[in-house]
Amino acid sequence: MAKFEKANSVGEWLDQRLNIKMLNRVLMTEYWIPKDINFLWAMGMVLAFTFSMLLISGIFLLMYYKPDVNMAFDSVNYTIMQEVAYGWLFRHIHGVGASVVFLIIYIHMFTGIYYGSYKRGREMIWLSGMLLFVLFSAEAFSGYMLPWGQMSYWAAYVITNIFGGIPFIGDELVVWIRGNFYVADSTLTRFFMLHVLLIPLAILGAIGLHFYSLRIPHVNNQKGEEIDFEEESGKYLAGRKKQSKVIPFWPVFIAKDVFVLSIFLVFFFYLVFYHYDFAMDPVNFDPANGLKTPPHIYPEWYFLWSYEVLRGFFFDIGPMKASDIGLAAFGFAQIIFALLPWLDRSPTVAPANQRPYFRCWFWTMMVVLVILTIFGKLPPTGTNAWVGFFSSITFILLFLILPVVTKAEAKKVASNKEGE
Amino acid sequence: MDKNRRAFMGKVLAGTAGVATAFSLYAMKRTWDPLPSVISAGFTTVDLSPLKENELSIVKWRGKPVFLLKHGPDVTPNDKRDIVTTDGSRYTVVIGLCTHLGCIPEWKGSENKFKCACHGGEYNIYAENTFGPPPRPMDIPPFTIKGNSIVLGEEGPEYKKMMANS
Repeated sequence: MAKFEKANSVGEWLDQRLNIKMLNRVLMTEYWIPKDINFLWAMGMVLAFTFSMLLISGIFLLMYYKPDVNMAFDSVNYTIMQEVAYGWLFRHIHGVGASVVFLIIYIHMFTGIYYGSYKRGREMIWLSGMLLFVLFSAEAFSGYMLPWGQMSYWAAYVITNIFGGIPFIGDELVVWIRGNFYVADSTLTRFFMLHVLLIPLAILGAIGLHFYSLRIPHVNNQKGEEIDFEEESGKYLAGRKKQSKVIPFWPVFIAKDVFVLSIFLVFFFYLVFYHYDFAMDPVNFDPANGLKTPPHIYPEWYFLWSYEVLRGFFFDIGPMKASDIGLAAFGFAQIIFALLPWLDRSPTVAPANQRPYFRCWFWTMMVVLVILTIFGKLPPTGTNAWVGFFSSITFILLFLILPVVTKAEAKKVASNKEGE
Repeated sequence: MDKNRRAFMGKVLAGTAGVATAFSLYAMKRTWDPLPSVISAGFTTVDLSPLKENELSIVKWRGKPVFLLKHGPDVTPNDKRDIVTTDGSRYTVVIGLCTHLGCIPEWKGSENKFKCACHGGEYNIYAENTFGPPPRPMDIPPFTIKGNSIVLGEEGPEYKKMMANS
């Protein structure tokens, strides 16, 4: 057993037992972040904070919400919104937070793609991040069902129906997921469980993994420069802070992080108090009715691009049915971003704008995603259907040609270097 | 410690844990299966004899509306679509959802038509699409004929024959 002496302070007492000084150094004061970064590097903390707000507001909603088809709608729209003091505040934080968290996730994700932060040892950061994206999507979908309005019901109907396209077991699988032949009480209760327990637990675990995956390769920087963290942190600790290329996470990096977070929170609470309606579809204020389909069904804005890929293929090609092609394309869109570290065959880690070919690829991808998002909300008729079709095809082609594009780029970069 | 003994114990432990996991997963899978009450509610017996000619009745089956329509003597028999009970009466029995986007069409007895308010689709008395965006006739639910009643959800010989011919 270790030898314990009388402690002179609470800190010392804890340090003897939990080694908190060492923990503080490893996680905070000697966890090194490059200096050469910008505000986009604060999105991780913004996400962590937004997730905490979702968790806390969710706890308060959970105390009054009733996961039963006869009570769910009123427990949200009457009890929480009208009876519970500040219930509206927690609901609006939760609703707006769910929407805004995806905005920040997308910024975070495309920052990673733009700066090439998914390769050269950072593959696990990327993969754990994509895992979080999938988990957040499942969390958003299961949560959207809970108010049991018309959009809740029909989104649940359409999304669970997607599994029916899986060969052989599809039909049985849909019934199994719903626990009934249609979206019913069993469906609501099990998705409630997923939303408040299983998926949040998985998210917490994945966040831990995501943070841990940063430790060895470290955070990327604006130039994609390879930094010797041993040497640079040595400089910092020796007092040569100006020459060092790194800063400690606490208190230097976190100070800037909190600044960016504060600006974000002004925007966030502006939405919560004055523009919460954008996250509250009016159709969802009609109670769920399995016998009446709303004339036009669409998901929340953050799922529109993949929804458009799903329905972009609206005609049969040869023996393949339109719905099956759409489903395959949808499956492709769901997993393909995760494979980015292996599709990008160029060893260069640099901002997209400094990479001759990847620059075009990146910005084309952004434009395609914006088009898919816009047309995902429009009815799929006439010209809209064709725009959806061609942008879905372009989306898939972009990923298929990425290995070729990046290989050619690597060759060009290598020959340019020889020429110098 | 004998290494072989430790390896053996390890294998026994892994084997037992594996079997336990398989059983647990099976039990977990089964908890998500539809309950017996849900499955039995998925088979609805409907007595067709009280139906009146040319008047639509709607029953709910597996959360969907099912249209029941008795044909009058002037309606031409359509063996591909009609359900014929023991007393020889002919009926249209279909899932009452428009095959375009799932709205519920309305029966217009005076015009002998189903009309969908959402996008203007029209169906004849056999619930075959005749106009507008619907891509196919309304679906016939699985059924079996028992005298003058039908059981929805059960695939009887008449249903199988109908599906084979369509």
